[in-house]
Amino acid sequence: MSASPIERAAASTPSSLARRIRSFSDRSLAWIFVAPTIFLLLAINIFPLIWTIRLSFTNYRANRPNADVKFIGLRNYERILTDGDIWLTMQATAHFLFWTLVIQVVIGFALAWCINQKFRGNNLWTTIIVLPMMLSPAVVGNFWTFHYQPQIGLFNYAVSFLTGADPSSFSMIGDVALAPWAIVIVDTWMWTPFVMLICLAGLRSIPDYIYEAAECDRASKWRQFWTITVPMVLPFLMLAVLFRGIENFKMFDLVVQLTGGGPGSTTELTSINLKREAFEKWRTGYSSAYAVILFVTIFGLASIYVKALNRVKER
Amino acid sequence: MRKSKLLAVTAIAATASLAISDARADDLTLCWAAWDPANALVELSKDFEAESGHNMSFEFVPWPNFADRMLNELNSGGKLCDLMIGDSQWIGLGAEAGHYIKLNDFFDAQGITMDDFIPATVTGYAEWPKGTPNYWALPAFGDVVGWTYRKDWFSRPELQAEFSEMHGRDLGVPASLQEFKEIAEFFQGREIDGKTVYGASIYTERGSEGITMGVTNVLYNYGFEYGNPDNPYELEGFVNSAEAAAGLEFYKELYDCCTPPGSSDWYMSENIDAYKSGQVAMQMNFAFIWPGVHADPNVGGDRSGYFPNPPGPGGHFAQLGGQGISVVSYSDSQDAALEYIKWFAQPGIQAKWWELGGYSALRAVVEDPGFASSQPYAQTFLDSMAIVKDFWAEPAYASLLLSMQDRVHNFVVAGNGTAQEALDALVEDWVEVFEDEGKL
Repeated sequence: MSASPIERAAASTPSSLARRIRSFSDRSLAWIFVAPTIFLLLAINIFPLIWTIRLSFTNYRANRPNADVKFIGLRNYERILTDGDIWLTMQATAHFLFWTLVIQVVIGFALAWCINQKFRGNNLWTTIIVLPMMLSPAVVGNFWTFHYQPQIGLFNYAVSFLTGADPSSFSMIGDVALAPWAIVIVDTWMWTPFVMLICLAGLRSIPDYIYEAAECDRASKWRQFWTITVPMVLPFLMLAVLFRGIENFKMFDLVVQLTGGGPGSTTELTSINLKREAFEKWRTGYSSAYAVILFVTIFGLASIYVKALNRVKER
Repeated sequence: MRKSKLLAVTAIAATASLAISDARADDLTLCWAAWDPANALVELSKDFEAESGHNMSFEFVPWPNFADRMLNELNSGGKLCDLMIGDSQWIGLGAEAGHYIKLNDFFDAQGITMDDFIPATVTGYAEWPKGTPNYWALPAFGDVVGWTYRKDWFSRPELQAEFSEMHGRDLGVPASLQEFKEIAEFFQGREIDGKTVYGASIYTERGSEGITMGVTNVLYNYGFEYGNPDNPYELEGFVNSAEAAAGLEFYKELYDCCTPPGSSDWYMSENIDAYKSGQVAMQMNFAFIWPGVHADPNVGGDRSGYFPNPPGPGGHFAQLGGQGISVVSYSDSQDAALEYIKWFAQPGIQAKWWELGGYSALRAVVEDPGFASSQPYAQTFLDSMAIVKDFWAEPAYASLLLSMQDRVHNFVVAGNGTAQEALDALVEDWVEVFEDEGKL
């Protein structure tokens, strides 16, 4: 009988090395295997984080490597937290985050519920619906700028067809009142299928016998929906909200392509604002403090949310 | 024996010639924006390759990403670019951060004098600090914001008659900003050849430098100053003077009354597209587009005319564009790069540069008696270059620029607040930048 690969590897290991390996405890071996990952994690995640925190207390600018770096204490944090413009970008982000989540959850769940009904062409429709999320955000942003063009845009013509308004009488990405909704619409178009897929997984995980038992108890469809479907899909929905929430908090590419943050600063989300501070104005110390504030905010909110999610799952 | 000697001599000669050609042939990379003049420069540089034996390659980046990409390259000490045709506003950073090498000694040694170049281009593209004879670039491409208009529409008898009746003067090149606005209003929403057309396309882009490069053409002419001429960083009352606020209001009125719908984020390429597709009667743009407009099958030739930025109540200026060519201090081929600059500065090469579509800044070229009539836009270029003013060229120019982009876009396009509030906020931003820089 031929030797297994493990036996062959053991046989080819020099005896001196084999003796040394045998002398290692299980714990030491575990550390040896985990060490490269920990090293990479420290080098790629932890060290930059610590370095960013350190820079946030200085006036360092990455485009002036030879200039003196001064320790300025909490000055950067104070400036950020008292800057009205930063609060405006926070508001723009909150608006974008709230409405994309609400609309995507409602439409995504509705779509999942429809797709979960057995009907002909079910798979084809699922494929068609998930197409937008397979596209690159840059591409989506670009072609929606054309859809939103007042003179040639498909969107404006659709609105005009439905309402009778002149298509060139409004500009979705040039009007302060409409631009925040323009980015919500595009993000919803692109990412609702993602929420739908997660909800669909939730719906399909509900065993049929629960509904059968409810039928036996003469529970109405409405009651079944609220007492079986919603509670059992809720952990999935909350997961989808967590993923989309984190993604949209750091939304950059789609919005930059669509509006560039304009008109004015109407759609300048925090990530766009941070990028401009860090890599266009080169205020490295200031933008490090900004990044730390955002990190703490996301980390704090996500922690609270994950705790809530776990509670829902335990129920 | 004789044969072996001959072989040895041949071998030595071959080795020596290889060594010499190795020493001479460098690979030079020139970095610039991706636009029409860059293609002309590729064509022009073939002569340099043939003459010098060096190989030229080019790194061209579209305008909206040009500053990001190239400043990252310079800030990281990258060796990609040996020669950089950087924007005029980078000169302060290039000099103070040590990205560019100082060219004074080289110019002296090669007999290149800045007196041979248009003074505004020397100040704008080469000097740092401004107004001092410290040169970090050779003026490479003169450029300025001006206007292109549909001469064929302007000359239509029915439009002439209607305009004359409305305004009591001929429909022609505007003599002031107010006249310009009246013409734009006249064309706005008008049906021409079965299509709805609009007054003018102006710069409104927010992401890079667009709206600043546009609005300054009006602000300067209403009395805006970057600071107290006697005390450079004293901004209050100069940047946000009542006259400057009136200029900003005028630009907003122009945006509201006379631009195509959806032009809330337009810069060079969008303005060109709007003009060439027959959407607008006039377009604001840098002079570099004029050769392309002149050659265009739809709007070129006699169908288009050109005029400098019209004067306003506070003066007559136009926003300077254009760039100088610098040698990057991180380059391993600085000698070859300097060789290129020496070659490029020659009057014959500069004349050919103009022929190919590059706007030479050499006085021998632009002051040639035949220059003004050499192209239909040549006189407008000369007139415009005589009235130029430029944005800050401080090392912190990017912060200054982005603040202005935000404040102006917020007022002009988004309609937030008043012109005075926008300029007051701009002063606060700029003061903060200069305080950070230790200049205040």
